[in-house]
Amino acid sequence: MSLPGTPSQTVGPFYSIGLCRREDNELDPNGVELRGTLYDGKGEPVPDGMIELWDAASATWGRCGTAEEAGGFRFRVPRDAAVLEVLVFSRGMLQHERTRVYLRAGDDEVWRALDDAQRARLLAQRDGDALVFDIRMQGEDATVFFEQ
Amino acid sequence: MSVAVDPYEGPVVLGDDPSFGPEVQVDYPGYRSTRWRVPKRPLVTLPEELMALDGPVFGEDAIDELDNDLTRRHEGEPLGERITVSGRVLDEDGRPLRGTLVEIWQANAAGRYRHEVDQHPAPLDPNFSGAGRCLTGDEGRYRFTTIKPGSYPWRNHPNAWRPNHIHFSVFGRLFRQRLVTQMYFPGDPLFAYDPIFNSVRDPEARKLLIARFDLETTVPEWSLAYEWDIVLGRGGRGTTPLEPQ
Repeated sequence: MSLPGTPSQTVGPFYSIGLCRREDNELDPNGVELRGTLYDGKGEPVPDGMIELWDAASATWGRCGTAEEAGGFRFRVPRDAAVLEVLVFSRGMLQHERTRVYLRAGDDEVWRALDDAQRARLLAQRDGDALVFDIRMQGEDATVFFEQ
Repeated sequence: MSVAVDPYEGPVVLGDDPSFGPEVQVDYPGYRSTRWRVPKRPLVTLPEELMALDGPVFGEDAIDELDNDLTRRHEGEPLGERITVSGRVLDEDGRPLRGTLVEIWQANAAGRYRHEVDQHPAPLDPNFSGAGRCLTGDEGRYRFTTIKPGSYPWRNHPNAWRPNHIHFSVFGRLFRQRLVTQMYFPGDPLFAYDPIFNSVRDPEARKLLIARFDLETTVPEWSLAYEWDIVLGRGGRGTTPLEPQ
């Protein structure tokens, strides 16, 4: 007999009190910068969101709120990472969403099952020494989100 | 002739719909901010190995001393009704999840968050930050000492007030067990009017968000006790509906 799961509720606008007490955005302090902006369906930056990254290969985790950079987030991630699991939280989202960021063109099962347009939305773009990965909740070029 | 109805201009609270089970309705129109923030395209299925992925594990270094006592973080004691909130973190099979990180945050007794965005004209309490965390112990137990948070207005709709609640963030063992939710207090008169609470459409599932007052663990002459177990299920959409009670 399986127990019903506790339902999700929004992280709300004040999550940083509890969830951003420490600097948690370096999965690898010597890693490559991965930055981006979280956008809503109107194309406006979301300044009360939060991104969590999980690199299962190196078992490193990070978290960054989007308040300080008005919708922007910034991490340092392992240079040799291929793909990271991503969770997106914000006020207005009753449950977090799951996506992935590929640091280079992938060769895994998920990547192979996506079409070119979907791949383009999950592939971080190089900008100098950094990688850029924007997350768009809705719209023509919305990020691909996965079942959880 | 049919007239298009904008669901975001409709009622703040929709009727019950048990078919949702423990799933929250992510595009619940009464919570207006969902409109531009919820994905519109169907979600893509992941292969089983990614659904079974382990998540992050946190050790004692994630916890500061007194992190589980929100009443002892400052020089003086915060104002308000002192409470303990405790319970177990379980998986769907009822197995306790030990050593998992639980983080909480909340308004003070006057209904004000210590956050620059909170403009509610209620007093801040110099002795209350409103944040805590702990790792679950044996039997998956967590325990916090805090004060009962106050209700506060928000601008979702005219005369909108949130029921008293404490925000919880829990990791679990699997990556997909990640949960951020809110714990409510029994008998709150605002339940019927709150779109966030009612975005859980199944009335049986809403009960899972409400703590139980517990006289047994209430400490005489000291603090009222609330018990609340957290079950980390399969996550959201795709969850099996609750059995009829």
